[in-house]
Amino acid sequence: MKFRLLSTIAMALALSFLFLGTLRAEDTGLDQVGRKEYLDVVKGKKVVFIPISMGFDITESWAAIWKKQAAELGYNLEIRDPNWSTDAGTKALTALISEKPDLIIVHNPDIQSYARLLKRAQDQGIKVLQVNMPSVTLTDSYVGADWVTLGEVEANELVAHCGAGKGPSTKIAFVQGVVNGAANIYLKRGITNVLSQHPEIKMVSDQAASYDPAKARAIMETVLQQHPDLCGAVGVWDDADVGIGAAVQAAGKTGQVFIVTSGAGNKTACDNIEKGLLTMDVSYNTPLQGNIASQQIAELLQSPDKAGLRKSVFYGPLTKITKDNINQRNCWTMNDLK
Amino acid sequence: MAIKALRPTQEGVVFLLAACLFIGFALFLNNFLTVGNILALVQSVSILGILSLGMALVVIGRGIDLAMVATMVVAVAWAMVLAQANIPLGGALLAGAIFVVTVGTVTGIIVAYAEIPAIFTTLAMGAIVYGFGRTFFFQIDVQNSPSGYGWFDFLGHGTIFRVPAPVIAFGVVALLVFLVLKWTRFGRFVYATGDNPLTARICGVPTRVLIVAQYIVSGLIAFLAGIVMAANVSGMNTRIYNSTMIYDVLLVVVLGGIGLSGGRGGVRNVLVGTALVGILLNGMTILNIGYTEQNLIKSMILLGAIIIDTLINPRDEQTAQQGDI
Repeated sequence: MKFRLLSTIAMALALSFLFLGTLRAEDTGLDQVGRKEYLDVVKGKKVVFIPISMGFDITESWAAIWKKQAAELGYNLEIRDPNWSTDAGTKALTALISEKPDLIIVHNPDIQSYARLLKRAQDQGIKVLQVNMPSVTLTDSYVGADWVTLGEVEANELVAHCGAGKGPSTKIAFVQGVVNGAANIYLKRGITNVLSQHPEIKMVSDQAASYDPAKARAIMETVLQQHPDLCGAVGVWDDADVGIGAAVQAAGKTGQVFIVTSGAGNKTACDNIEKGLLTMDVSYNTPLQGNIASQQIAELLQSPDKAGLRKSVFYGPLTKITKDNINQRNCWTMNDLK
Repeated sequence: MAIKALRPTQEGVVFLLAACLFIGFALFLNNFLTVGNILALVQSVSILGILSLGMALVVIGRGIDLAMVATMVVAVAWAMVLAQANIPLGGALLAGAIFVVTVGTVTGIIVAYAEIPAIFTTLAMGAIVYGFGRTFFFQIDVQNSPSGYGWFDFLGHGTIFRVPAPVIAFGVVALLVFLVLKWTRFGRFVYATGDNPLTARICGVPTRVLIVAQYIVSGLIAFLAGIVMAANVSGMNTRIYNSTMIYDVLLVVVLGGIGLSGGRGGVRNVLVGTALVGILLNGMTILNIGYTEQNLIKSMILLGAIIIDTLINPRDEQTAQQGDI
């Protein structure tokens, strides 16, 4: 009797454990709806990135983000680095058109060189995502800066600091980058848009430094000799425009010349703002661009649409970085991304 | 002396052209002829000038060093990387110098002993050095210089009696190269080898060792130019390897009148060539001439100088046999 009672209790206990066990199994949750389909469709896809060159903040930050995404989702990311050679880039793109990857990510060195090839890639059914430097051909997607607005933002800063009666003079200098690049062409349009409304601002120099800080410095030195009362300078890329700052500093005019440029928002640029080599850096935050492009990569790989059917454009946010808002969000380092 | 300066050589033509431009700009451009602007003018070409001195030395010895810019950017960028890793700047630069000497020795041995033409050897060496640097020494193509070294900052931003340090560096290197070429056995041997390598060898000049030494010296001069550049713009931008800089260097040398067939010319030619390029660049920047137009004008003036030289000094049998590159 006693034994039966004990065995009943034992059985009841065992049953309840079993029941609890099933409950616990239900506690581990359900598979997220759509997850398997997403991972299955993206897995094994081939994505190739053709940068202008690797080895500098902008492209390295994107690549770091996409490499991470590729590892997580299981797609293959290849980087074909033309190392600043438009010719090598064109060859890489031509070769890719016959290789037929699922997606090409292109960072255009100028607005013309790849334009026809990109159209051909689209015709061949290859999806194309352009980042930060668009060509004249619109493809499936463009993610990057709105260069015209960026130019307007820069010019408006100069108007605010060098308008009549505000600065030592109303003279400004424009130090261009590579003259046929998208950044340069569209940024110039933005600057012209604003300056045409403000005839009091005099652009006393408009020269190209080809993204070389030494050349930017040489130009600025000459300009400062001619116009010691220069009020502002506007550039295209912070990486090279430290040369402007170096010339201004050497002439002892730090604080007099308002130097506004744009860039990736790398910590190096922020350091240069702190050193007084740059006054303001309009950042297009490339890690953020990388994340937005990641979304586009995932979308383009999932979408059953034919290449070139739908064309979308997305301009990322712009942040004016000055001495006052140097912080971790605005000034990233490569280590933050790894 | 005045007659000698006006003698219609290429150097003379370029000197006249530079002088005409200088007088023209001085008359018609405001603020061209000021001490500040002239100093800015010389400073803007001082690094080009230093590199050209190194190139001149090799060209006089009937060689050519197309790897100078690659050697400069890689060695200096590597030194900057080491300095960022908290190695004292002096030690980092010493490491860079050792790398430069190694590169120069390898180039020299290939040219002198394997007798591969210098133009191909150095073209390939340039690509090898840059590729090596990009793979093993640095991943990011702009390397910032370390702060907190007084002498290094002085080299970039300092002045002595208003003269900027890079200009002084150019002057010192020019003087040294002048003295070496004129007054040392090494210098005289370079001329002898450049003029006629076989005769020089028969006369007992150790031509092969001399060639190796030339490439080491040109590399070290390039390294020095790189250090001045890094100090001047607070970092080394290795992208200039992809620019036309090496051709600009060669242009200064050839334009100044140092024939590529070797054995002729000297420091004065480099100074004249550098002056023309400097005056042109400065004047066009003041005139605010656009980028494309600047290139057009530069090329036309250079072509003009070469045409005038050919008219004044027509090819004779000797020059035709020696040939140009």
